[in-house]
Amino acid sequence: MTSQFTLTVNGQPYSVDVAPDTPLLYVLRNDLGLNGAQFGCGSERCGACTVLLGAKAIKSCKVLVSEATLGSITTLEGLGTAAELHPVQRAFLAEQAAQCGYCTNGLIMTTAAFLWKNPHPTDQQIREALNGNLCRCGTQLRILRAVKRAAELLAAEGV
Amino acid sequence: MATRRSGSSEWSQWVAGGVLAQANQVDDWIAIEPDGNVTVFSGKVELGTGVKTALAQIVAEELDVPFDRINTVMGDTALTPDEGYTAGSTTIQFGGFALRQASAEARQALLELASDRLDAAIEELIVHDGVISVSHHPDRTINYAELLGGKKFQRRITLTAPLKRPAEYRIVGQLIPRVDLPRKISGAASFVHDVRLTGMLHARVVRPPGPGAKLISLDEASVSDVRVVHLGNFVGVVAEREERAVRAAQQLKVTWRATTHWPQQANLYSYIRNQPTTDNVIVEEGKVDAAFKRAATRRTATYAQPFQAHASIGPSCAVADVQADRAVIWSNSQGVYPLRGALAELLKMSPEQVQVIHAEGAGSYGHNGSDDAAADAAILSQVVGKPVRVQWSRQDEFAWEPYAPAMVMEVSGGLDRQGQVIAWQYDVWTPSHVGRPRGKSQLLAGQLIYGQRSSRPQWFGGGDRNAPTNYDFPHQRVTAHWLADSLLRTSSMRTLGGAANTFANESFMDELAAATQIDPLEFRLRHLTDPRAIEVVRAAAQRSEWGTPLPAGEGRGLAFAQYENEVAYVATVAHVHVEPLSGAIRVLRIVTAHDCGLIINPDGLRNQIEGNVLQSLSRALYEEVTFDESHITSIDWDSYPILKFSDVPDVDVVLINHPDQPAVGAGEPATITTAPAIANAIFHASGARVRQIPFTPQRVKAALG
Repeated sequence: MTSQFTLTVNGQPYSVDVAPDTPLLYVLRNDLGLNGAQFGCGSERCGACTVLLGAKAIKSCKVLVSEATLGSITTLEGLGTAAELHPVQRAFLAEQAAQCGYCTNGLIMTTAAFLWKNPHPTDQQIREALNGNLCRCGTQLRILRAVKRAAELLAAEGV
Repeated sequence: MATRRSGSSEWSQWVAGGVLAQANQVDDWIAIEPDGNVTVFSGKVELGTGVKTALAQIVAEELDVPFDRINTVMGDTALTPDEGYTAGSTTIQFGGFALRQASAEARQALLELASDRLDAAIEELIVHDGVISVSHHPDRTINYAELLGGKKFQRRITLTAPLKRPAEYRIVGQLIPRVDLPRKISGAASFVHDVRLTGMLHARVVRPPGPGAKLISLDEASVSDVRVVHLGNFVGVVAEREERAVRAAQQLKVTWRATTHWPQQANLYSYIRNQPTTDNVIVEEGKVDAAFKRAATRRTATYAQPFQAHASIGPSCAVADVQADRAVIWSNSQGVYPLRGALAELLKMSPEQVQVIHAEGAGSYGHNGSDDAAADAAILSQVVGKPVRVQWSRQDEFAWEPYAPAMVMEVSGGLDRQGQVIAWQYDVWTPSHVGRPRGKSQLLAGQLIYGQRSSRPQWFGGGDRNAPTNYDFPHQRVTAHWLADSLLRTSSMRTLGGAANTFANESFMDELAAATQIDPLEFRLRHLTDPRAIEVVRAAAQRSEWGTPLPAGEGRGLAFAQYENEVAYVATVAHVHVEPLSGAIRVLRIVTAHDCGLIINPDGLRNQIEGNVLQSLSRALYEEVTFDESHITSIDWDSYPILKFSDVPDVDVVLINHPDQPAVGAGEPATITTAPAIANAIFHASGARVRQIPFTPQRVKAALG
């Protein structure tokens, strides 16, 4: 019933023995002990569980572990270290763009993937890019400012 | 304004005094560690609002230590004082008051010790960043850690220690970044969802299809690799792996019999109006009936507030480790001590055997499913004898959390020939907004195990919040009609009845202004005398360019209130566009002016106000719990939509700082004026008056006629 799966997460190889239909989220949280991705809805509607598969933002609550072996996975923990934060993380901190912080993982990961594809977005494009992520505390304005700041930081640093 | 409570400062002192009578030692609140770090013990909890940072600012200021030397422990029944609930925007007001007094007392104790050790009078001593020195003798110094030498203060809080004057503040009032955000933006364990214990199992509760449903049969053979727990109508599955528990909860064959027969949703408000009630006249001033008789103009309107969900972005979660004689439960509860009592009863243990530790969750904005999840985890851990983590599904969160109650508000006004209100009558039909766990029967698990919830509310509370206005009406009557029970299970949500009552009051003020053809700003100013009220209204009007021309289809609307009639003042101007064919609303801009007295942390305050504005905008435009005869039907983000990034308007916050006035809470007030400001802007833009929340395109279109 279970099978062996080899995943690359934050640059490290991991081997897990789980059912093939296990959502990636539970492997990241419970087998690898990672905290960034959170369960929000289980149906790709809120974005709290977002991680990167290659350069693409995916909802780890729906992607199965068997589908996640093909590319390299990056979680919030792997985006930047506490000592050396990724520019998107620095931008969120600088704008104090969180209240409870539960949606923050998804917004940072979605922003990182979005700015990699579109480094000079318009305000409208930013809003559209974030529409798959929900924030209940009402921190959207700060988050929008953080995304703009992140784009500036990335451009300035040539990342 | 006959009903106002005493001034906020005295009130803070009175409430905090109750806490300080119990936790009356400096050591209950503050410890100076041998390395000079300061540990603060607060019975309040961080709910994502930044109070951990703000409370640390208050201590750093009053104790005279650097902000970054402070570590704050919050909400742990083994460590912190019992400060009741973290609710009602009172953490700064009460929790801050208590910590300020404890810090001032600690500083005074340290000065007395230093006076001895440095052989100098207290008046000669200077304190800077936890170091005490003698004036004009810079070599004679000693620091806090040296003075205490790892010992405790052993000193009572007298409430007489000298307090700093606001003009001296160096840390309070500063923009200090949130202490919890570095962990949250880098994926460090931050939430109750991240608590992991050795040998911990994962569990899910298998919920009935609706409240009151009875378990008929259960086929344990329909699932494998899980333990099925069955106590009365409480059914849970416990597994080694989380995905197994999730799958088993879906697969377990259970037959239920529905016993609930709710009225049709379309008849909800007439149902509420026709329930037996306990009536309470809150305000009775002048001769109301006679004033209505001689009024030149009379108007009446009825407004409706639906059930709404806290809709936390992360479903409720808890971790419990229940052993024979000791239980530890991690929960995002708003009140660890009251929850401890309820859990002890559920677990048949003494409260002293139970420790509840607050661990942060997703923002809850009131009493959501957190306490219930704690009970689920606790009972399942007790049955299986191992640590258990429970997280609710999204569907269960929407279907089973205690909602903000549905309410009906009717307002009548009588105007004289000059357009002045001479008679005002306000009636609100509401259940109690208080349904917090005071025993096992208020916890879902307790209800499922031991039978149905008691329908008696703990007390009639919250539904009358902001039912009175702060306007000067010579003849007025305000009555709360309390329903004995709520159709759906309800409890406290941000501002309790404050949002619905202010929606009704401020919409109706606009209707009266329209009846007199007086500008809504001018109409309100004619009925206000409190200078802070006038200041906040004028500030919002000025920033929003009130009165300047707008393109066709656009309008501005104003609303004002003083939260709870006595704390923060707030005025909002909404600027909207109404699409005439579809009735669709687009909110373009919100200006909110806000006066909560002394400002502790301006950026934290702005963040709170912006959050209140956007969440209340979401509640006004989109949010309504829906149901059929026996089921909740709004069970996901499609059937209960909230504000999306593409629909976020500009929000302009105008902060009014009064350092000479007490700091009152800001976690809620800016919620209450948003819906009426939008409703009034819709009227200004289109002539459509919407009196029912949410303002869906269908309702706006119907109001357009």
